[in-house]
Amino acid sequence: MSFPLLEAQGLILRFGTTTALDDVGIAVHPGEVVAIVGESGSGKSTLLRVLSGQLVPAAGQVTYRDAQGQPHLLHEMGEAALRRLMRTDWGFVHQNARDGLRMGVSAGGNVGERLMAIGARHYGDIRAQATEWLRRVEIDEARIDHLPRTFSGGMQQRLQIARTLVSRPRLVFMDEPTGGLDVSVQARLLDLIRGLASELNIAVLLVTHDIAAARLLAHRLMVMRHGRVVEQGLTDRVLDDPQHPYTQLLVSSVLAA
Amino acid sequence: MSHDPGYNFAYLDEGTKRMIRRTLLKAVAIPGHQVPFGAREMPLPYGWGTGGIQVTASILGRDDTLKVIDQGADDTTNAVSIRRFFARVAGVRTTTRTAEATVIQTRHRIPEAPLREGQVIVYQVPMPEPLFRLEPRLAETRRMHALADYGLMHVKLYEDIARHGHVSTAYNYPVMVGGRYLMSPSPIPAFDNPKMDHMPALQLFGAGREKKIYAVPPYTSVRSLDFEDHPFRPHRADGTCAFCGARDSYLDEVVCDDQGSRMFICSDTDYCESRWEPEQ
Ligand SMILES: Nc1ncnc2c1ncn2[C@@H]1O[C@H](COP(=O)(O)OP(=O)(O)OP(=O)(O)O)[C@@H](O)[C@H]1O
Ligand SMILES: [Mg+2]
Ligand SMILES: [Zn+2]
Repeated sequence: MSFPLLEAQGLILRFGTTTALDDVGIAVHPGEVVAIVGESGSGKSTLLRVLSGQLVPAAGQVTYRDAQGQPHLLHEMGEAALRRLMRTDWGFVHQNARDGLRMGVSAGGNVGERLMAIGARHYGDIRAQATEWLRRVEIDEARIDHLPRTFSGGMQQRLQIARTLVSRPRLVFMDEPTGGLDVSVQARLLDLIRGLASELNIAVLLVTHDIAAARLLAHRLMVMRHGRVVEQGLTDRVLDDPQHPYTQLLVSSVLAA
Repeated sequence: MSHDPGYNFAYLDEGTKRMIRRTLLKAVAIPGHQVPFGAREMPLPYGWGTGGIQVTASILGRDDTLKVIDQGADDTTNAVSIRRFFARVAGVRTTTRTAEATVIQTRHRIPEAPLREGQVIVYQVPMPEPLFRLEPRLAETRRMHALADYGLMHVKLYEDIARHGHVSTAYNYPVMVGGRYLMSPSPIPAFDNPKMDHMPALQLFGAGREKKIYAVPPYTSVRSLDFEDHPFRPHRADGTCAFCGARDSYLDEVVCDDQGSRMFICSDTDYCESRWEPEQ
């Protein structure tokens, strides 16, 4: 088995008296989709922000292994290297498209930004790649020069995904990428993410409180509660045979709904 | 010539001038990097080039010859009053001749006649931050400069080409200095950008309201941003100067009678005059 792409142990983080992360560990392997589920306030977004270098934990460490297999301690690599990582090897898809898109820049410019950030200087090539990515996320290429604010919520999320995947990252963080969308739109978006992740062999760390989404996408599942991981394992195993009482409750409440 | 004894030489006190010179040295040491300075109030409103004036005041010596232009002309109100100001408070020689000047303060143009070693050109800068329209958070723009993270500037050029078929920026066209810092050349026409590249003269930039100074030392590379398949093209009106017949200078279009007929004339008045004088 390959080495993990991202690995963390003993993560602790407090906001005042709230312990948002209480001794959390995780490993994500290349091409693997891992879902983090749990109720509101359980620490899912905080974990994602620590793992992606946006927050520094009070204790514990996060190790990233680059394409050459070299390990790097995330919180010691410095801001410049972290930013480079964020626009090359990694991507982040936000729940709110406004946080992930430039609303004043055309769809094509949004998709092209990461290419330009890593040195692309041929307009025709950038535009051709943007066109191709709009097609892949099922946005009519005739809209390449339109502003994202003229797009529906689902289209904005698909544009955010195109903008993130265009530079072929190895690992993508997604925080509730389908939150706030209609159920039918959600299903289509989940299908799209699943298809692209497996086609491009991208590892995805997905935060969701939608158990059905986790079942559809994730190879592995982590269940969080009060800043702790209460159960983790292969998705089907955890959902079909939950061991922890909280997971049992979570699964039964979905079945009941 | 002597200066008005009611003022310190060149208006600013010696402590302020030393502080600005220290800032200038830092700016020269890091070409294209904006260095903050403790700007002083000047007896002119902002927008009249208080940043440029403070830089000029700090570098003037008694043997200097000063030229001041505004939009290429020596005879506009702004240029005349700055020139008079320094003639009075520093007692220095002034000139309208580019070749005779040792210090040239300018707003919106670079003279047509190539500058030489030993000359200094001082630009008046209203907004020193080239990323300001794209990223309003100043802390973020500082970080982008620190990390040379300039993809966003190319996004702007991409948007221009997507919308207009070409880069529509005609003034204040962003440049990379020494292959490292993104810099605003001040609101000069893009036509003038190539003159900045490897210029033998020292180029200093002063922004009074924003309290920033930056510099391009002699013979430094200054490249206008572009794409491989949309190379930078310095735009010039396709015309001939009605006074001197120049086909290579930057032209202003002027209405010349009440019928609304128009003609082109050189924006650099000294250049234009120097071309027709010998024929008189
Ligand atoms: N910036 C902050 N300042 C103070 N407390 C915070 C901050 N961010 C999160 N918290 C607290 O940390 C805990 C974990 O929050 P977090 O946002 O990680 O939860 P979550 O699992 O993502 O919840 P949700 O499903 O609602 O998004 C909560 O108690 C939250 O109130
Ligand atoms: Mg959250
Ligand atoms: Zn002329």
